[in-house]
Amino acid sequence: MTVVYKKSGMLTDAPFHYCPGCTHGIAHKLVAEVLEEIGAEGNVVGVAPVGCAVFAYNYFNCDMQEASHGRAPAVATGIKRVRPDTVVFAYQGDGDLASIGMAEIVHAAARGEKITVIFINNAIYGMTGGQMAPTTLEGQKATTCIYGRNPEINGNPIRMCELISTLTGPTYVARAALCDPANVRKAKKMIKTAFEHQLNKKGFSFVELLSACPTNWGMTTEQAVDYVKNDMQSIYPLGVFKEE
Amino acid sequence: MGKITIEKERCKGCGLCVMYCPKKILALSDKETNGNGYFVLTVVDESGCIGCANCAVMCPDSVITVER
Repeated sequence: MTVVYKKSGMLTDAPFHYCPGCTHGIAHKLVAEVLEEIGAEGNVVGVAPVGCAVFAYNYFNCDMQEASHGRAPAVATGIKRVRPDTVVFAYQGDGDLASIGMAEIVHAAARGEKITVIFINNAIYGMTGGQMAPTTLEGQKATTCIYGRNPEINGNPIRMCELISTLTGPTYVARAALCDPANVRKAKKMIKTAFEHQLNKKGFSFVELLSACPTNWGMTTEQAVDYVKNDMQSIYPLGVFKEE
Repeated sequence: MGKITIEKERCKGCGLCVMYCPKKILALSDKETNGNGYFVLTVVDESGCIGCANCAVMCPDSVITVER
């Protein structure tokens, strides 16, 4: 018998602190597996965000740098410019990237920095206890919009992939969902393509992963996965938005 | 014919693997818990495993190793 699937060597032995059913863990291992496949071991620096993934530096078996809230693309820019041959990635959630870090991500993309940004969109602020995020869906309940997000008062959700793909700098912009094995395998392919764009020094690459947050959505794992599949995908369509 | 090995101490009992097992041979135990108090994953019928690795692909905590 041969081993067909085992834990990636690019992950440390530290147990993830994520809640049961949270798909951050899946995103982590996809990034780790891709880094292993492209042979980046020993030559990769990751930038951790503020949010649920704040301890990402404990989980990836590579050099990691923690950034201030939302500033991961700016920190990654600095690292990449000093060490252009090192693979640099930023791993950010939606509160970090689409709210406080909106300026940093848009300008890093506009400058066409040759970094890869992995964006976890779970439509809520997870770490702080389930507040409304810029990506919260219309009608979705959160602790700061207890009757559901009302576009009249709270505005509409921001579609980051669509926004980033209008810029000239990015060469790869894609969105996948971590809701079933087929989509997880597609997400891995997208992450790999994104890193290949960086290796080939093409330009900025961005992958958005629709993710489940059963705890703050107040759902079971099964309900949360269905929510990603049905409700989130109707607002955030999957696919490749830009590839050059 | 496949075989899975579960690192039970790291399992959080979320059930994502159980949902996507095409042969429905996985279940969360209703008796056995680990050190964190989670009801852990168990294999109901070992002979039914086809080694597709769907369970391992979906496991957020990488507790499953698959052999085929």
